[in-house]
Amino acid sequence: MIRDITIGQYYPKDSVIHKLDPRTKLVGTLAYIISLFLFNNFLGYIVVTLFLVGVIKASQVPFRFIIKGLKAIIMLLMITVLFNLFLTKGTPLVEFWIFTITKEGLRISLFMAIRLIYLIIGSSMMTLTTTPNQLTDGLESLLGPLKKIKVPVHEIAMMMSIALRFIPILLEETDKIMKAQIARGADFESGNLVKKAKSLVPLLVPLFISAFRRANDLAMAMEARCYSGGEGRTKMKPLLYQVNDYRAYAIFVLYFAAIIAMEIVL
Amino acid sequence: MGIIKSKNLVFEYIRRDEEGNVEAINRAVNEVNIEIKQGDFVAILGHNGSGKSTLAKHMNAILQPTEGDIWIDGKDTKDIDQLWEIRKTAGMVFQNPDNQIIGTVVEEDVGFGPENIGIPTPQIWERVEKGLKAVNMLSFRKHSPNKLSGGQKQRVAIAGIVAMQPKCIVLDEPTAMLDPNGRKEVIDTITRLNKEEGVTVILITHYMEEVIGADKVYVMDQGSVVMEGTPKEIFSRVDELKQYRLDVPQVTLLAEELKESGVSLSDGILTIDELVNEICQLY
Repeated sequence: MIRDITIGQYYPKDSVIHKLDPRTKLVGTLAYIISLFLFNNFLGYIVVTLFLVGVIKASQVPFRFIIKGLKAIIMLLMITVLFNLFLTKGTPLVEFWIFTITKEGLRISLFMAIRLIYLIIGSSMMTLTTTPNQLTDGLESLLGPLKKIKVPVHEIAMMMSIALRFIPILLEETDKIMKAQIARGADFESGNLVKKAKSLVPLLVPLFISAFRRANDLAMAMEARCYSGGEGRTKMKPLLYQVNDYRAYAIFVLYFAAIIAMEIVL
Repeated sequence: MGIIKSKNLVFEYIRRDEEGNVEAINRAVNEVNIEIKQGDFVAILGHNGSGKSTLAKHMNAILQPTEGDIWIDGKDTKDIDQLWEIRKTAGMVFQNPDNQIIGTVVEEDVGFGPENIGIPTPQIWERVEKGLKAVNMLSFRKHSPNKLSGGQKQRVAIAGIVAMQPKCIVLDEPTAMLDPNGRKEVIDTITRLNKEEGVTVILITHYMEEVIGADKVYVMDQGSVVMEGTPKEIFSRVDELKQYRLDVPQVTLLAEELKESGVSLSDGILTIDELVNEICQLY
């Protein structure tokens, strides 16, 4: 069930995009998301589409794999489209019973859907081409200035990477506990939603106990290996900008300028 | 003075009720005096609850003694300023391999210790490579620890300690959760580290087979050291060991039974080869 979600998964390949510094990708994705809401003309969509297709091609991630990630947001997409379609006022196009579809409604809902899809594809391009560890490293470095106002950036990044490391272990453990309880006659399948939720309680209790025990062990192991927070720590894989990163930044600036210029000129 | 020395070491677990009154005191380590020489392979044997793990945690300054003292390479663990130096001197490997691996990639986990003590980046890479080579895991450096077997995970954990280049490694029941193959892998690895790299090894265990190669064995029961000596000396006292609920290796047991029924064998036979040799000489 949890394994089927492709959103946020890493797709191993050796492309130009994969090799970019995670900071470049984080900043770029943020700029891209902002750019999606800056324009309001037809030409803008063409520019964004071209840009996105270019990035996907360069990343060598199969298009089919990216589309799979969209399944998760289909409900959200439908709701947005339906609301915009029926609730926008303007010149009526089709009328039946109490519903009216207007010309403006059709336009807005179509463009909204495209924007949402582009948003998801764009941000999943980042997660597909960056390992979770690189992402946390990038975040730690980008949020570094927040340390001055006493935000525990290093600790947050460390917590994130430990959480990522323990997800598969806890999944396996859940599976084990579930099987052990099924063997003793527990029923996780039948009944309505409330009953199903209730049957999860005997699963969660042992899972929580074991998670706390693991946390305790891990804290001791980290301390035994001289971990004492971010201070005085060196990096095995420090983040360093390469030539390609500067090129990527240049492309982002050009793209962003193009979007803004079009909005002003047209 | 040896690398690890303790004098009248006492540690008590104190259980308190909700008001903070002392409810029960459990003396886990009781007046322990040990001295471990640099470069030795020392085994600490004991049944569950004998206090051997509690003693191990004192060697890394995770626990502080209630009474008495313990010195690691001449540094008193009660001295807070020396804490990180002590942990650099004595590395520690724990029982559960899953709960001590921090990195999501093998090499990143091995690099975690050196990162913590502020080694410059190029040297971290050197140490990681050396550490992984020492435990024969170099070909797995890019793998995810989740996909390794128990024995391999435990070897990665050992590599993580080796990369910090400690003078001694304390292993707290490193094989308790492994299958026989994994157990052998781990014991072979630490034996090699001791013989080839000259690292002092302190192995805490309740498997008698694992201590045969040790230079010195301590047996603990109810918090106290009850026997100490070479493996030969320890295993020749079969009845005493049974009294502390420890299983003697099967070969030793067989030799003991043979001796009782009149075959003249020497005391403390530990390996099959030894027994075969002795019997061949008789007939």
